Amino acid sequence: MTIDQATVRKIASLARIAISDAEAAAMEGELNGILGWVEQLGEVDVTGVEPMTAVIPNTLRLRDDVIDADPLTGGNRRDDVLANAPAAMHGFFGVPKVIE
Amino acid sequence: MTELTNLTVAQIRDGHRAGDFSAVEVAEAFSANVAGAKALNAFIVETPEHALEAAKQADADRAAGTLKPLSGVPIGMKDLFCTDGVQTTAASHMLEGFIPRYESTVSQKLWDAGAGMLGKLNLDQFAMGSSNETSYFGNVISPWRRKDGGNAALAPGGSSGGSSTAIAARLCPAATGTDTGGSIRQPAAFTGISGIKPTYGRCSRWGIVAFASSLDQAGPMARDVRDCAIMLENMAGFDAKDATSLNLPVPDWEAALSSDLKGKTVGIPKEYRLEGIDPDIDAMWDAGIAMLKDAGAAVVEISLPHTKYALPAYYIIAPAEASSNLARYDGVRYGLRDLPAKNSSGGGAGLQDMYAATRAEGFGPEVKRRIMIGTYVLSAGFYDAYYTQAQKVRTLIARDFEQAFASCDVILAPTAPSAAFGLGEKMADPLAMYLNDVFAVPASLAGLPAMSVPAALNREGLPLGLQIIGKAFDEQSVLNAGLAIEERAGFNARAEKWW
Repeated sequence: MTIDQATVRKIASLARIAISDAEAAAMEGELNGILGWVEQLGEVDVTGVEPMTAVIPNTLRLRDDVIDADPLTGGNRRDDVLANAPAAMHGFFGVPKVIE
Repeated sequence: MTELTNLTVAQIRDGHRAGDFSAVEVAEAFSANVAGAKALNAFIVETPEHALEAAKQADADRAAGTLKPLSGVPIGMKDLFCTDGVQTTAASHMLEGFIPRYESTVSQKLWDAGAGMLGKLNLDQFAMGSSNETSYFGNVISPWRRKDGGNAALAPGGSSGGSSTAIAARLCPAATGTDTGGSIRQPAAFTGISGIKPTYGRCSRWGIVAFASSLDQAGPMARDVRDCAIMLENMAGFDAKDATSLNLPVPDWEAALSSDLKGKTVGIPKEYRLEGIDPDIDAMWDAGIAMLKDAGAAVVEISLPHTKYALPAYYIIAPAEASSNLARYDGVRYGLRDLPAKNSSGGGAGLQDMYAATRAEGFGPEVKRRIMIGTYVLSAGFYDAYYTQAQKVRTLIARDFEQAFASCDVILAPTAPSAAFGLGEKMADPLAMYLNDVFAVPASLAGLPAMSVPAALNREGLPLGLQIIGKAFDEQSVLNAGLAIEERAGFNARAEKWW
C-alpha cells in the first residue's frame, strides 16, 4: 500500500501540522519507505492472538473519592497552570477568536 | 588524593561519609568539568548552584549525623524530567523556555535522597532518535574518537546521549536516562558506560515528558554496575500519580549484588546472530558467554522466533502513542505559539491555523515524521491492519520471552549491532537509523529489565556493550550478570580528553 501526496497532506491536516508542497513531496518518499518496511508484519500468523493491552500485569487503582486527594494535582493551582501559557489573560488561556 | 571527578557514586558516597573530602569540593570539581566541556554540548542548562546547595546540605547532614543514601553525590538530569523552576525542553523548540511548576517523581526522589543537580542533559528531541542529532539545541558529541588519526565527530547514542557523554567524559558520576526502545542501553554501549532500564512500571513516569507511554521507562546510567544499583534504588518505587506504577517494594539491589552465577542459566538467542554483522560484535558476544561460564553459569541456546518483527512493530506502536501524546502541544496551554497573520485563503487566522503553524514550527523533522506515521496507522480504515496487528505481534514477542525464560534466568546479547557511528552518517536514511535499535527494542516491547555493560573495544578503539535481559521484576539477576561481566572484562578504557 503506497500513499500519495494528497494522502500526506490529509495526514498532516489530521495531525494539525502545516506542511509546504516541498515538504509533502519529501515526506511522501520517507513515509512510503517506512510503511513499506512495517508491512512485513502482515506475514505473521496472529490467529487467536489477543492484541497486547498491558505489558506488565497490573490492576487499575481507584483513588479516594475526595476533592483534591493529592494536593499537588488537585485544585486551586490556577496561577501555576497558567504560568507557562503563551497568552494567559484574566485568569484564562487566551486563544484567537473562534466565533465570527 | 585521587581526582574527585574520577570517583564513582559509591566512592563519593563512602568517601564523603568517611570525611575524606567535603561534598562542596565534589560539587565544585564536577561543575568545573561541566563548565569546561562546552564542546561536547552535553548540557542544555547548567545548574551549579543546585549542586552546590545540595552539597552544603550534605556536609551539614554529615556533621549532624543525618546522612542520606546519595548525600554528596551530584548527578546529571536528562532534560526530559520536569524540574521545578528549571527549564525543561525535551530538546525541542516547542518547549524552549518551558519552566515547570512541579517536580517529576523520579527527580524528587533523587533530591530527597540527597543528590544534587549539575544540569539538564541534552537528548534527541522528545527522545526520538538514536544519535542525538534530532536535538533542537545541537547534537551532543561523543568524547570518544576512532583510533585512525582522524577527528570524526561520533554519535554519543540516543536518545540519552547527553547522559552518556557526560558520564564518559567525567562531567558527572551518574545521570538519569529514559528508555523507550533502547535510549539508555544504546548510548551506554556507545560510550563505554553502564545503564539499566528496569521492569516497566518500576520508576514513575509522572513528570517525564511523554513519548510512548506503554514503553517509556526511566533508569540510571553510570560508570559501573554498583552505581546503577545505587541510583535505581533511589529512583524506583510506587507512585499513585502514575496509573502503571508497580506497587512493589524496592529491593536492596546493591546489598544483594553478587557475581557468583552458580546455579544460574544464561540464554543465548540464536535469532540475534545477524548475518553480515561486524565480526567485532560477535567476538565480544562470544567472550561474554565465556565470562558468564567462568562465573559459574550454565549456557543454553534459546529461540525468540519473532525477533525480526520487533522493530517494525515498535515503529507502529511508538509513533502511534507519540502522535496521541504529542497532541497536547497546541500553542494554548504551554510551549510555543505561532499565530499567523492570515490563513492559507487570506482570511484572518483562527484556532486551527494556530495549531498547524505552532506544530510546524515547534517540531523537528523526525518528530513530525513519527507523528505523521502514528496518525496514519491510527486513522480509520488502517487501524486494524497496522496498529492492532502490531499489538498482536507485541503479544507474540512477549510470549517468546516467557517461553525462553522457562529454560534460563537471563539472556545475553549485544546491545547494538555496531560501535558508535559518525555524526551525519545515518541522518539521510531514517530506516538505517532505526535498525541500530534492533537488539534493544524486543525487551522494551516486553517491558523487561535490561542493561548494557561495557565489554570490549573494537578494532577502531571504540567501546562495545553487552546486553543482559532479565525476567520481569528480576533486576537483581540482570545486575549480577552485569557485575560478573564487569569483573572479567576489566573494561577501564576512557576517552582521551580533547575538548
